[in-house]
Amino acid sequence: MEHIKTIETRVLCQNEGGCGECQTSCQSACKTSCGIANQQCENAKESK
Amino acid sequence: MIHRYKLGGCNIVLDVCSGAVHVVDDAAYEMIGMFEEHSREEILDALLGKFPETTRQELGECYDQVASLKEAGKLFTPDTFAPMADTLKKKTGGVVKALCLHIAHTCNLNCSYCFASQGKYHGDRAVMSFEVGKRALDFLIAHSGTRKNLEVDFFGGEPLMNFQVVKDLVAYARSIEKEHGKHFRFTLTTNGVLVDEDVIQWANRECSNVVLSLDGRKEIHDRFRVDYAGKGSWEKIVPKFQKFVEARGGKNYYMRGTFTHANPDFLKDIQQMLDLGFTELSMEPVVCAAGDPSALTEEDLPIVMEQYEKLAELMLQRDKEGKPFTFYHYMIDLTGGPCIYKRISGCGSGTEYMAVTPWGDLYPCHQFVGEERFKLGNIWDGVTNTEIQEEFRKCNVYAHEECRDCWARLYCSGGCAANAYHSTGSVTGVYEYGCKLFRKRMECAIMVAVARALGGQ
Repeated sequence: MEHIKTIETRVLCQNEGGCGECQTSCQSACKTSCGIANQQCENAKESK
Repeated sequence: MIHRYKLGGCNIVLDVCSGAVHVVDDAAYEMIGMFEEHSREEILDALLGKFPETTRQELGECYDQVASLKEAGKLFTPDTFAPMADTLKKKTGGVVKALCLHIAHTCNLNCSYCFASQGKYHGDRAVMSFEVGKRALDFLIAHSGTRKNLEVDFFGGEPLMNFQVVKDLVAYARSIEKEHGKHFRFTLTTNGVLVDEDVIQWANRECSNVVLSLDGRKEIHDRFRVDYAGKGSWEKIVPKFQKFVEARGGKNYYMRGTFTHANPDFLKDIQQMLDLGFTELSMEPVVCAAGDPSALTEEDLPIVMEQYEKLAELMLQRDKEGKPFTFYHYMIDLTGGPCIYKRISGCGSGTEYMAVTPWGDLYPCHQFVGEERFKLGNIWDGVTNTEIQEEFRKCNVYAHEECRDCWARLYCSGGCAANAYHSTGSVTGVYEYGCKLFRKRMECAIMVAVARALGGQ
């Protein structure tokens, strides 16, 4: 019996990335709080 | 570290450091909660009492699944990222990739809740000259290293009160971007009062994003967003925004509202935006001094939390009806979101992102403008206040003591430095009220993402 369903996610521990090409955190709609989870990875965006 | 919560009929378990997200049944939910503190036998004994309909063998299988996930690095993953916290900033040291141009420190509305004190930022009214703006763009190119995409936000006050300079600056940027191997992405933030056909055509041609300020219901919007005669702006701006958005033809925009103590039930305002035909929405909690009449209170908190949950339910409901919409804070791409370096490096204010005043002074971000102590330098001499810049350079998620035990730290990167400073006096403090709202938003965002992922299977 399956008790746990794992949703596909980016594996953070693989330590990939770090190119710095992504959008600056505050440079879109909010301007008064910081969230980075809703930011896109520039490389992932280009490969889509 | 893990975080378990129940929302939208799902038991959700996040493995904070791997980023893994699991949906589990009730037995697995309880088991994961006990896993690190108890032996296999203790757990099976305890859960047999709690789930009498389940057999010991089934619970044993469940235990094995949890153990395999731990083995595979998808549960109870330790945080090994701290030594990497300044890697990105070191690697991109000195690179500036985004500027917030304060094109006008003046406004044609007189909103008392404005963090920018009606656009004046606690100083004199002023507009940016073309010469200052041009120098700011040259400064950005000169300091952008190998980065190709450069972001420039036209901000205020109300930037359309200085629209000719905005247009001239964009024309200048376009004329030099190719020779420098750069591409400018412009954002315009506007209250809508001066939006006309010329603005719409220009913005749709030149701006990758526009942020349109609307608080939702007419009575809510007009409570704060009034002109200097005290007249509400809702009726004037809504038709303009509708025309603007329709003409964008799918290009990025956000209807951006602020909710305050006057409307902790902000879902009604989101609903109003939807009813007006807008689908790309953002609704931000007000940022103001504690004690301000518009400030959110402890009594507002449970109402706001419930609103966030109902908003998540509304999104899923509208998905089913074929009328989806976007809520800025619930945008989360579980498979392609930001890398770990981005998640731990902090927001970038004062290093890769700065604000430029109409006089050409540099500040760590738009929210610090007007606070003399934080002036970094200017666009002619560059950053001269290296002591302050160093404070911001070190401002990563591990610099915030309170964040070390927070499950949401890799979703906020330590939060907003300005909010931290204004609530605690230190950029490495935390704005706890904002953190509570942020954690709730992340729980909802992940629940929506999970429901969508499961629905697509």
